[in-house]
Amino acid sequence: MDPVLLVASIMVSATPILLAALGEMVVEKSGVLNLGVEGMMITGAVMGFAIAVTSGSPLMGFAGAAVSGAVLSLAFGFLTQYLLSNQVATGLGLTLVGLGLSALIGSHYEGQRAPALGKLDMPLLSDIPMLGRMLLSHDIMVYVSLALVAAVWAFLKYTRAGLILRAVGEDHASAHALGYKVVRVRMAAIAFGGACAGMGGAYVSLVRVPQWTEGMTAGAGWIALAIVVFASWRAFGVLIGAYLFGGVTVIQLNLQAAGTTVPVELLSMSPYLITIIVLVIISARGVQGAPASLGRSFHASS
Amino acid sequence: MIRLEKRTQPSGYWTALSPILAVGLTMIVGGFMFWALGKPPVEAIRTIFWDPLFHPQFADYSRPQLLVKAGPLILIAIGLSIGFRAGIWNIGAEGQYIMGAVSGAAVGLAFYPSQSVLLFPLMVFAGALGGWAWAMIPAVLKTRFGTNEILVSLMLVYVAENILASASAGWLRNPEGMGFPGSRNFKQWSAVYNAELLTGTGMHWGVAAAFIAVIAAYVMMARHIQGFNVRLTGEAPLAARFSGVSPAWIVFLCLGVSGGLAGLAGLFEVTGPAGQVSIDFGSGYGFTAIIVAFLGRLNPFGILAAGLLMALTYIGGELAQLMLGLPGASIQLFQGMLLFFLLATDVFTNYRVRMLRREAA
Repeated sequence: MDPVLLVASIMVSATPILLAALGEMVVEKSGVLNLGVEGMMITGAVMGFAIAVTSGSPLMGFAGAAVSGAVLSLAFGFLTQYLLSNQVATGLGLTLVGLGLSALIGSHYEGQRAPALGKLDMPLLSDIPMLGRMLLSHDIMVYVSLALVAAVWAFLKYTRAGLILRAVGEDHASAHALGYKVVRVRMAAIAFGGACAGMGGAYVSLVRVPQWTEGMTAGAGWIALAIVVFASWRAFGVLIGAYLFGGVTVIQLNLQAAGTTVPVELLSMSPYLITIIVLVIISARGVQGAPASLGRSFHASS
Repeated sequence: MIRLEKRTQPSGYWTALSPILAVGLTMIVGGFMFWALGKPPVEAIRTIFWDPLFHPQFADYSRPQLLVKAGPLILIAIGLSIGFRAGIWNIGAEGQYIMGAVSGAAVGLAFYPSQSVLLFPLMVFAGALGGWAWAMIPAVLKTRFGTNEILVSLMLVYVAENILASASAGWLRNPEGMGFPGSRNFKQWSAVYNAELLTGTGMHWGVAAAFIAVIAAYVMMARHIQGFNVRLTGEAPLAARFSGVSPAWIVFLCLGVSGGLAGLAGLFEVTGPAGQVSIDFGSGYGFTAIIVAFLGRLNPFGILAAGLLMALTYIGGELAQLMLGLPGASIQLFQGMLLFFLLATDVFTNYRVRMLRREAA
């Protein structure tokens, strides 16, 4: 098949997971495990779709999806950071709430079509043979997601705020003793993660499919969680993981369309099987780089 | 200023009170939600929680449904609660439920049209084995390689759904079904049909198994050394290890029990209320059971009550859909909110809330 089209479609299929996984990586860097990525993604998918259809502007849709993902994640944040609830259970609850909420809102929008997000054709650059169409003729969100990878990497590595965020994630008691506001830092990280997951979801409903069907994220949020582990909590690792995964998805979809002798069900389960295999390889090698305070509640005793 | 003070022990009083508070809060917020959807809030809440049991016209039909829906929820939640106590998060019960149904049905259909009395017990065994085997995948990966059981068990749900799709459209399809997807109907095969045991109650073998599981889980957790070890592992992992409890064994025990029970639930469902292996067999019981386990405070008798309540919201939700045109998804949201409020109100169980006045400097 056409390699130009292949690479271009891998980039499209990887973008939702890239956005969600990048957000979750920042959340986990601050020491919080939010298992509600799937719920925030699906809510972002439906809110983004609804807003884009109503306003006629896909960009408004993405903005709305980011806001709704962040709002939902702050509910998780309030429970885990202020009411000190169990992070695993609360994250699961967030996913269940998100799935219900999205199905409720989405029932009005089934069968409609989203306004198209235009390709961002760059003068001259997009006309470069092969490379131009392959890499430089995408919609704006693909570039936003790539820019966000670089931004998150630089933020965590070079800025003071990034250092504080990492400190909070590694040892919340010491960070607290130094006078940093552990809970506030974490709430900010959680909101960022929610916004990213929301945008990732909106990319599924507005660009990749592009229409609304119930449960359409189909586990992408969980795969994003796996990619964070795969990436050893590094921004460029997330990029590689998301694009590899996008590649697997595109190849299995193409094989399905080509009508090979391999059963369709085996092909559609392959992304999940590959995720498991990758998780096993990573863990057998020894998971590296997990923030030391990941998943632990912080309660200041003084 | 409000301060939280950690209790040395969870408050017994609040452990019992917070689920009630959470149900109340869910009713209030849910009422607002129904109102926002343009439905009469009080009537909607009454339709969900009261009418299935006491409505003069519908109660006769819906009351038996209570046990039909509660059976699988309780059976799965009992298994999950044991793992949750030990800090082992099996969230792929939906996949184990599907695999139990598929493997049990496959064994049964291999002997079609036998009328042997041994066939149904064999299928029950195969169902439990199927769910158990599916849960052993995350267990082996966790103990052997340290792979996160949350992600693996969840990924396996999607794999199981695809196996279910291929079974119902392919290798388990009814050869006399004119090419339509779906297996033979167990309701028309008296030897293996999991019928009501007592007419008009909804009580089938799965419900009986759920009641037995409640008692067995209570005995295990409260009286047996294995239950003690499970609780110890959850509350003080280091102490458990020093006292000689093998962490790997606890993983196998917790995932094995929850997988086996979920598989049983699937088998009883496919041979009973569902009637056949079909593409839409997976109905989300495996996920709702997570809410049931927490709402029941991970306590077997609490889970019994929580399972009945959750079954009520299913039936009431269907009734509200019929009578008030309430969207089906609103019940799903309602159930999710219940878990959220429960986790929120649990702050009172583990912490004491103190009001502090700012001291004059």
